[in-house]
Amino acid sequence: MDFTLSKEHEMARTLFRDFAQKEVKPLAQEVDETEEFPRETVAKMQKLGFMGIPMPKEYGGQGCDTLTYVMCVEELAKVCGTTSVIVSAHTSLGSDPIKKFGTPEQKEKFLKPLASGEKLGAFALTEPNAGTDASGQQTKAVLDGDEYVLNGSKIFSTNGKEADIYIVFAMTDKSKGNKGISAFIVEKGTPGFSFGTKEKKMGIRGSSTYELIFTDCRIPKENLLGQEGKGFSYAMQTLDGGRIGIAAQALGLAEGALESTIAYVKERKQFGRPISKFQNTQFQIADMAVKVEAAKQLVYKAAIAKDTQKRYTVEAAMAKLYAAEVAMEVTTKCVQLHGGYGYTREYDVERMMRDAKITEIYEGTSEVQRMVISGSLL
Amino acid sequence: MKIVVCIKQVPDTNEVRLDPVTGTLIRDGVPSIINPDDKAGLEAALRIKDEIGAEVSVLSMGPLQADTALREALAMGADHAYLITDRAFGGADTWATSSTLAAGLAKLDYDLIITGRQAIDGDTAQVGPQIAEHLGIPNISYAEEIKVEGDSVVVKRQYEDRYHIVKAKMPCLITALSELNEPRYMTPGGIFDAYREKEVVVWTRPDLDIDDSNIGLKGSPTRVAKSFPKSVKPAGEKVVLDGAEAAEYIVGKLKEKYVL
Repeated sequence: MDFTLSKEHEMARTLFRDFAQKEVKPLAQEVDETEEFPRETVAKMQKLGFMGIPMPKEYGGQGCDTLTYVMCVEELAKVCGTTSVIVSAHTSLGSDPIKKFGTPEQKEKFLKPLASGEKLGAFALTEPNAGTDASGQQTKAVLDGDEYVLNGSKIFSTNGKEADIYIVFAMTDKSKGNKGISAFIVEKGTPGFSFGTKEKKMGIRGSSTYELIFTDCRIPKENLLGQEGKGFSYAMQTLDGGRIGIAAQALGLAEGALESTIAYVKERKQFGRPISKFQNTQFQIADMAVKVEAAKQLVYKAAIAKDTQKRYTVEAAMAKLYAAEVAMEVTTKCVQLHGGYGYTREYDVERMMRDAKITEIYEGTSEVQRMVISGSLL
Repeated sequence: MKIVVCIKQVPDTNEVRLDPVTGTLIRDGVPSIINPDDKAGLEAALRIKDEIGAEVSVLSMGPLQADTALREALAMGADHAYLITDRAFGGADTWATSSTLAAGLAKLDYDLIITGRQAIDGDTAQVGPQIAEHLGIPNISYAEEIKVEGDSVVVKRQYEDRYHIVKAKMPCLITALSELNEPRYMTPGGIFDAYREKEVVVWTRPDLDIDDSNIGLKGSPTRVAKSFPKSVKPAGEKVVLDGAEAAEYIVGKLKEKYVL
């Protein structure tokens, strides 16, 4: 068992860190305050290939592996939760299902522009009455000649209004329950496809989270992803990958908060000495560092499992559950170590704590991860 | 068109700290980077490649670790990489370094050679022009802009109080300033290709046609008489006073220091 990163992974990390520090960090506060989608940063990432890291070269991707992609999300999350989830949702949720379940024609038409960074992807599964219980889909798709007609609405779609290509789930046969759900590729601009409310969120405030509305939206039959009735299975498999991306985001947030806090406690003086000289601070930093490292091992292991194993559901669930809870715990403790300043927007840890909370919720709540993990054991 | 860019791997001096006791550089844990002027030279070559097409090679002399700097150059878009490495070349001053690099360049085809103006760990600015002398080709230093026009290059050369616009027929050598451009980032796929698809060709002593008297420590005529760290200046004093009072204060200070 070798825990050493390869030279290419080390160099990729240097690239992501450099980019995050120079291009992303300076805007993180503003993105949070204004709730503006960081379009310029995304355009830069698209140009540099960050939007197609684990995608095959033949489809315009970078031809790297999941671990490299995870390190990208991690380094971005260290400085900006918003920017990291844009990459994660685009790659794991918007592009990966086409790579995995798409026909050669669909890959040519949709995966290529996604992997090369020309277009942005999103995923639409959740509905007002179908969250953790995704089987309660009410959006319908009815085949009419050569087209499917979509009716219904989706909520909480990350990259919502900014994306160009959406993976949308809908019931094609309600009588079959889960087995009546199908997945579709929908392009922005299709008549009958519009945007509803923009969510006002606690954290990751610059990410564009929208309601998607489909009213007699006609999409060509060839935009059915994979087979009819397999949509639920595709969604679950896609989320296995997505959870690794979110786990990486959580890991990055925890690491970023810890790094800032280590710098802060060495500067901040109380009772005549830096607060890093107090044992309470020292022990808290030590405990946090251990948890962050443990989370990292789980996340990297899940990333490697995605490329080497047929199933990695449990690895992904464990990584996401643990990393998300570590992110919440570490960012909260980091705010505490900053004292009153930590509660202000002058310091990044305030934003990081708000950003961390969502990692325990989206792409499967921590409770769902526990169900998945225990289900594999009992 | 063929361009060779000479690069040096240097410690990132922004990260280097001085040992407060010995006054020497603490190099442990300091990341190595491509020397900034060299990186700008590489970017200039890659832009020529993007605009009119060119084959870009990178050449470095250094320890085996310099492989990382060459892979970075490949990941940015260079096509070929060559590393000159051997203990026999160690301890070289600028003469021995430029002689060795010129011997390496003699093995390659080139229309244009670009080097950085100077390295941040040496600051001599001698190696580039010396290479041009060894190879008997024209040299344009301090390039702030480079344009290819047919079989010539037109270079905007930074001078103390003006610019020189210099045109030279290729083959020639240009030394680049970091102000020349903002070097591009690597790409993730470029990094993977640099390690998995591309090769760094390693040349050792026997691969180069050069006399022993021109390489390594023994081939270095430079003798260092003494080296010492720059003394650290204490923080200055800021005084806010009105005109007459300020003048009086300054005169008082000058008298105190026996300047007046």
